Amino acid sequence: MFTTLSRIIKYGIVGFWRSGLISVATIVVMFLAIMVFQNLILFNVLAKSALDSIQNKIDISVYFNVDTSEDNILKIKNELEGLVEVKNIEYISKSKAFEIFQSRHKEEEIISQALEELGENPLAASLNIKAYNPSDYSAINSYINTAAFKNLIYKVSYAQNSLVIERLTKIMDTAKQFGAVLTFVLSLVAILITFNTIRLAIYSYRDEINIMKLVGASNAFIQGPYVVEGIIYGIIAATLGFFILLPLSYFASPYVEIFIPDMNLWTYVISNALTLFGYQAFFGIILGIISSSIAIRKYLKV
Amino acid sequence: MINFQGVSKNYKNNGHSSVALEDIDFSIEPKEFISLVGKSGAGKSTIVKLIIGEEKPTKGKIIVSSHDISKLNSSQMPHLRRHIGVIFQDFSLLNNKTAYENVAFALEAAGRPQIEIDEFVPQALEMVGLANKMNNFPKELSGGEKQRVAIARAMINHPDVLIADEPTGNLDPANTSEIIKLLLKINELGTVVILATHNKEIVDDLKKRVITLENGKIIRDEKNGKYILD
Repeated sequence: MFTTLSRIIKYGIVGFWRSGLISVATIVVMFLAIMVFQNLILFNVLAKSALDSIQNKIDISVYFNVDTSEDNILKIKNELEGLVEVKNIEYISKSKAFEIFQSRHKEEEIISQALEELGENPLAASLNIKAYNPSDYSAINSYINTAAFKNLIYKVSYAQNSLVIERLTKIMDTAKQFGAVLTFVLSLVAILITFNTIRLAIYSYRDEINIMKLVGASNAFIQGPYVVEGIIYGIIAATLGFFILLPLSYFASPYVEIFIPDMNLWTYVISNALTLFGYQAFFGIILGIISSSIAIRKYLKV
Repeated sequence: MINFQGVSKNYKNNGHSSVALEDIDFSIEPKEFISLVGKSGAGKSTIVKLIIGEEKPTKGKIIVSSHDISKLNSSQMPHLRRHIGVIFQDFSLLNNKTAYENVAFALEAAGRPQIEIDEFVPQALEMVGLANKMNNFPKELSGGEKQRVAIARAMINHPDVLIADEPTGNLDPANTSEIIKLLLKINELGTVVILATHNKEIVDDLKKRVITLENGKIIRDEKNGKYILD
């Protein structure tokens, strides 16, 4: 058993080495397939962080009448926090709102002068509500509009932003679906191309396979070395793919950061290096094993 | 040793059925040397393919070394083939393996230990006169040398039967007589040799049993036969 296994592995390695051009061609195709696979992983990671960062920017603010006491607002905050849809609520007091307003407009002298003239703080206290899911905002909004404390509220920002929120929600859903379809289709293409290449490589060995059968080799003994070759293709292609990914992500990182400020591609790749390489190697090896096993079957029936 | 009982073989091709063998009966005893002769298409190669299990008979029974081959399944077939050595007109060597590896492959496939391989492979190559070309690839060998590698490979498992299907078809007269001498030597050592050929000179010189085929039927089977075709 062990002898047979070691012979199969030996023949796989020797066969890989002696196939020369066929090996190189197969590795190149497999490498391209793995690049597709790798880019799909990264695309999904980027898309997710882009969507997350958009989602984080969506919120609704509830502004209270100027004379509403802080106690009442905090009570309402507690009540709203009880809703399942609500992720968190930030309380912005009158003075906090004033500070924010001041720092935002500190370059514009007319506004600061106007504030000084006014002598008192004209800004309303507010609650800044974030939901788990963008589609939850309308539910939160209608809860607020029918609540007992409605008369304390000066306005809710949802009314003005609802269109934008709904549109963003739709875009995000579409992006998710598109990503899933793209992942599926491109993976399929990569798999089929690799499968075909390996099939062609094995097709060129069909006479040899027949000879081995006539010499009395069992199917496993014939098939084994080709599967080992498939594994070698997968490992080499995955390693190549990974080492191409490093410089690519390093140079692409600043551009990605322009679109998605919270995302540093380079740091992501480095901190997930092992997992990424693992996925690729797994993908490559499985692809190699399955393709060569299926491809060779046809010639084993003699 | 080998027994054909009422064997027929039809090939089906695009719905057309063509008869390759029709109701063949013969048996081969241990240590015999048999020439199978006949024109191209007479059925020689079909008989070879049936014995090594590459084709299954349409009708009838084939016994090889007390196994009914048509009843063997695909996992038992390799074991049978290790008892049958085969050489072909086109040599059928593994092109990406050296002469040594080609011969060793038959032992490795049979799961024999490395010690035996190290010992027997050089011996077998020496027997066919190729001790100095062990590490050459087939493309670096002449036709006669390739056929001798094939013989070494066929003999390495000490088979009961050696089947040679037109082994000299691609060789010049000098190499042809070398190969035939080797086959005779192998037969003297106790192995049944079945030689399918349409080389008249070889068959007439051998003075051994000759089975003559025509249109899928045996028309002559003589102990000390000659190559006679109308």
